[in-house]
Amino acid sequence: MKFTLDWLKEHLETSATPEEIGKALTMIGLEVEGIESQGKALEKFVVAHVVEAKPHPNSDHLNICKVDAGTGTLIDVVCGAPNCRTGMKSVFAAPGTYIPGKDFELKAGVVIRGAPSNGMLCSAAELELSNDHDGIIELPEDAPIGERYVDYAGINGVVFDISITPNRGDATGVYGVARDLAAFGLGTLKTTDFSPVPSHGPSPIPPLPQNFAAGESKAIRKFAGRYIANVKNGPSPDWLQARLRAVGLRPINAVVDITNLVSLGWGRPLHAYDADKVEGQMVLRNARGEDFDALDNKVYRLDETMTVIADDKGPLCLGGIMGGIRSGVTDETVNVFMECASWDADLIAQAGRKTGIVSDARYRLERHVDPALTEPGMELATRLVLELCGGTPMEPAISGEDVFPNTIVDFPLAEVRRLTGLDVSATEIEQILGRLGFAVEGAGETRQVKVPSWRPDVTQKADLVEEVMRMVGVDNVPVEPLPRLDHVAPRILTTIQNRRRIARRALAARGLDEVVTWSFISHDDATRFGGGTADRQLANAIASDMTDMRPSLLPGLLAGARRNANRGFADIALFEVGQIFLSDLPEGQHTYASGIRTGTAGLDGAGRHWSGKAKTVGVWDAKADLAAALDALGVDIEKVQVLPEAAAWSHPGRGGRVALGPKVILGWFGELHPALAAELDIEGPVAAFEIDLDALPEPRRKPTRTKPAIALSPFQPVSRDFAFVMDKAVPAATLLKAARGADKALIKDVGIFDVFEGAHVGEGKKSVAIEVILQPRDKTLTDEEIEKVSAAIVAAVTKTTGGELRK
Amino acid sequence: MSLEAQIETLRGDLSAAIAAAENEAALDGVRVAALGKKGSVSALLATLGAMAPEDRKSAGPAINGLKTDIAGLIEARGAELRAAALDARLRAETVDITLPLKPGPTARGRIHPISQTIDEITAIFSDMGFSIAEGPDIETDYFNFTALNFPEGHPAREMHDTFFMKPGPDGVKKVLRTHTSPVQMRVMQKTNEKPAAAYLTPAMDPPIRVVMPGRTYRNDSDQTHTPMFHQVEGLVIDKSSHIGQLRWVLEEFLKAFFEVPSVTLRFRPSFFPFTEPSMEVDVQCDRSGSEVKIGEGNDWLEILGCGMVHPNVIRNAGLDPDVYQGFAWGIGIDRIAMLKYGMPDLRAFFDADQRWIEHYGFRPLDLPTLFGGLSS
Repeated sequence: MKFTLDWLKEHLETSATPEEIGKALTMIGLEVEGIESQGKALEKFVVAHVVEAKPHPNSDHLNICKVDAGTGTLIDVVCGAPNCRTGMKSVFAAPGTYIPGKDFELKAGVVIRGAPSNGMLCSAAELELSNDHDGIIELPEDAPIGERYVDYAGINGVVFDISITPNRGDATGVYGVARDLAAFGLGTLKTTDFSPVPSHGPSPIPPLPQNFAAGESKAIRKFAGRYIANVKNGPSPDWLQARLRAVGLRPINAVVDITNLVSLGWGRPLHAYDADKVEGQMVLRNARGEDFDALDNKVYRLDETMTVIADDKGPLCLGGIMGGIRSGVTDETVNVFMECASWDADLIAQAGRKTGIVSDARYRLERHVDPALTEPGMELATRLVLELCGGTPMEPAISGEDVFPNTIVDFPLAEVRRLTGLDVSATEIEQILGRLGFAVEGAGETRQVKVPSWRPDVTQKADLVEEVMRMVGVDNVPVEPLPRLDHVAPRILTTIQNRRRIARRALAARGLDEVVTWSFISHDDATRFGGGTADRQLANAIASDMTDMRPSLLPGLLAGARRNANRGFADIALFEVGQIFLSDLPEGQHTYASGIRTGTAGLDGAGRHWSGKAKTVGVWDAKADLAAALDALGVDIEKVQVLPEAAAWSHPGRGGRVALGPKVILGWFGELHPALAAELDIEGPVAAFEIDLDALPEPRRKPTRTKPAIALSPFQPVSRDFAFVMDKAVPAATLLKAARGADKALIKDVGIFDVFEGAHVGEGKKSVAIEVILQPRDKTLTDEEIEKVSAAIVAAVTKTTGGELRK
Repeated sequence: MSLEAQIETLRGDLSAAIAAAENEAALDGVRVAALGKKGSVSALLATLGAMAPEDRKSAGPAINGLKTDIAGLIEARGAELRAAALDARLRAETVDITLPLKPGPTARGRIHPISQTIDEITAIFSDMGFSIAEGPDIETDYFNFTALNFPEGHPAREMHDTFFMKPGPDGVKKVLRTHTSPVQMRVMQKTNEKPAAAYLTPAMDPPIRVVMPGRTYRNDSDQTHTPMFHQVEGLVIDKSSHIGQLRWVLEEFLKAFFEVPSVTLRFRPSFFPFTEPSMEVDVQCDRSGSEVKIGEGNDWLEILGCGMVHPNVIRNAGLDPDVYQGFAWGIGIDRIAMLKYGMPDLRAFFDADQRWIEHYGFRPLDLPTLFGGLSS
């Protein structure tokens, strides 16, 4: 909210400087967003005397002028204004001056049709003071030549811009701000004359009936109207126009300007109707799905939850929010009906949201306007209209009742100390609350505090503590260390938090860059990766490619890779550790660690190098990344199931699933399906993996942290090689499992060192060569013992795989 | 020819042959020709047997002397040849060690600044005795607003540009959480139910000291606002914690986080529905240069919001606000990361631009700890 220093001083007797006021406002919770010197942009403009103006010989509308701007010499200026004439006083801008209304800086040495022009005489529009660009500004004869125009015209005021929190409806008017500053001790609040203005007969518009059925939502509480006959409307006086302009409002006419003055000055919105444009009876009722031509020149469809002021033809005003064009007050208006009404704040907020209308009235009324100001506000408005436009006020037309919460809070004074740590004496607390308008009653530890009508936000003890604290100053609260708890925290991170941390570091250590991508993706991408259901869609997405909560991290990573490729970086290794959404429920949110590699961005790095050219990435890169992350998380990929069941996004023959039984899937890896890559416009190859960090088994609580004793054999291990020929489709894992199981005591490790296919091993067959490491424990193995184990291995493998030992 | 002359001739010939041997094979040839069974020195030795004893007395040492000398020369030449051969091999094996390496994986992979910042925050608060709690991103209207004392239809709800979810199967009104504050309620609210997912922090009994980092969402986008961002919430609930201690916690945190010896904070009364009294906090800084310097200067920068947990919130959690009290605060993670590390544009955080990550990211083993210093 904006207001000028002059305006504030109309309500506050103070000698404080703008800086002091600004600091105080911020410290009491009315945050200052800016303090501007209003005339700053215009400070170079000066009052000047047109000593001579004669027609330009080469033009039918230009004048060549001699201008005295107080510089001691006469300045040549070419001026095209129709009102430019010898002897007038106007506003002059020298070369180098920025002209706000034209958005340019005046140049020196300008020649216009052969005549030199060293500056400019200005219109009000060029100074952005009004829309008047019909001629240059005309100043009275006694205007002092050479004086800064802003000083002369009194537009050198200080403008405060403060931010009002939603609980402080009372501070949406300059009067309320002054009240707060006075309570803080920065001056004395000046009273406003709200006394009734005598009437001259019955109101031609009777009190508005409130036509609402029982149970219907009803936004109106008390409606106070005043018919003022025979006003002389027209432009409002300069002081009022200047005041409104200073805070960014456009003056309209005196009556409308008065409604804005009261709204901004006292936080009490009003609405004025041209009484002669009302047809039939004015009533209050809910809308009936009508279209309403509002003053912002837009048409709104109103529904039955919105209260309107209507006549026989339909709505005249959307109550508490915005008036209509049909009954708007114009310069020609003669009879005014002035409304000052109290409304239900929640219903005003609701109607405001539904229509999307942002108005000064709605802003204030949805933040609660003091219900004690309904009739006084009407009297104030009436007095101002009489002052500025004359007229005859008729009897007030009043219907309905204001609602006063009359809150009384039981306030133990020790609450201040309990919640803030501040020591404030009982007397001081009483004084602070008293200055803010609270009535403190009773004696002893717990007082009864009556909340003033303009502070409906204060309902309990903590609210009163805040009032005291903001007046004492939060900076005066003594800083005190938070006592340490009496034990060392057993655990800071949960298992899943720790897994994320480990997965991140493990993957980055493999040369992948961590990225953070949007939680929402396009509907198409969501559908492609197993999501896209309605419960995971936003009702009000910000963009068409951010509509669905992601079911996988891969779409975001792939989009990232595509953007990098478009920038000329095709070899990319990225990962993300973040949330994915399997449903809209808390348990549907899982943390995944997923990554992709594109082009040649393998573990050893991309591109050409003197030591050898990097290979393109493939399924093995994906499997290795997944295995490394799992290993960092304590899961050995060789000890869980690796199944040839590829994810939907994967090449079906070059992808797999890592699982612990049929229900627990730890992750997927593979090359991106070529069809999907084409659809996503990504140049292959892409190696990708996903790990569901939530699916990893919770580490078992061990009875002891002690590790089992290690048995180090003094005997050398023995190695034996075998080659088997089997069907191509038999997984290597089956072979390994069989070989390992042949003698669990003796076989320490089984590794595959050669795999090949070819005509000489047979169609549809492959040869797999394994090396078995035997570890004797208590004596060196004899040839017979080795033969026995070898036979067991061959038997187990041939039986399980259906293959045979290669001759 | 006398024996002496014979020995000297042989010594001369053999010495020359040894010196002329170009390699170990040639040298071995010389050795066999001299000292082998049929070698010239061996042949001379064999003549000793047929000599008269008195001749043998003088000839023996002379011939044996020749043998020893020749063997010595062969040994010495052998050593010389082996040294030369090793030298030649080493020269042949020499490489240009200035050829550049391929950067290893830990030199390439980078941690995103947001993760790093969360780790830094965790390090600091864990030292103060806080643990880390979490809640879901898709939150019920109840947890995000109602339980936090945002009355239905209150203008305070409009301060949050909320993303609403389309209705799901359970018909419960859901939103993308607009702040991390709903986690406060989840942590405080005592229920008998086990949390539905492992990441959800189970409800705690006071004294509660938790920080709650996470993703938050608002329907807003410009250079300093993105529809998704990160916040960290803090919560202390016990029977005595007050604003004086809140000030201490925040000052200590900001000092530790920005790694400066002191910070000056300005607390301004403000409004949040879930705290009373509420405050916004500005940090004193120097904005005159291209970077913002915390802990010096004369400018103020709004950095966080905080307050005493509203009695209605404590009540909604099933606790008695006349017994339990405490404070809470919320900080933008992205914002303090930008301040500390100087990223100018928030939108770039989520763009996955490799060049940006490599510039602003952190090495995989740069683990922020208090014992090793937060940032190196």
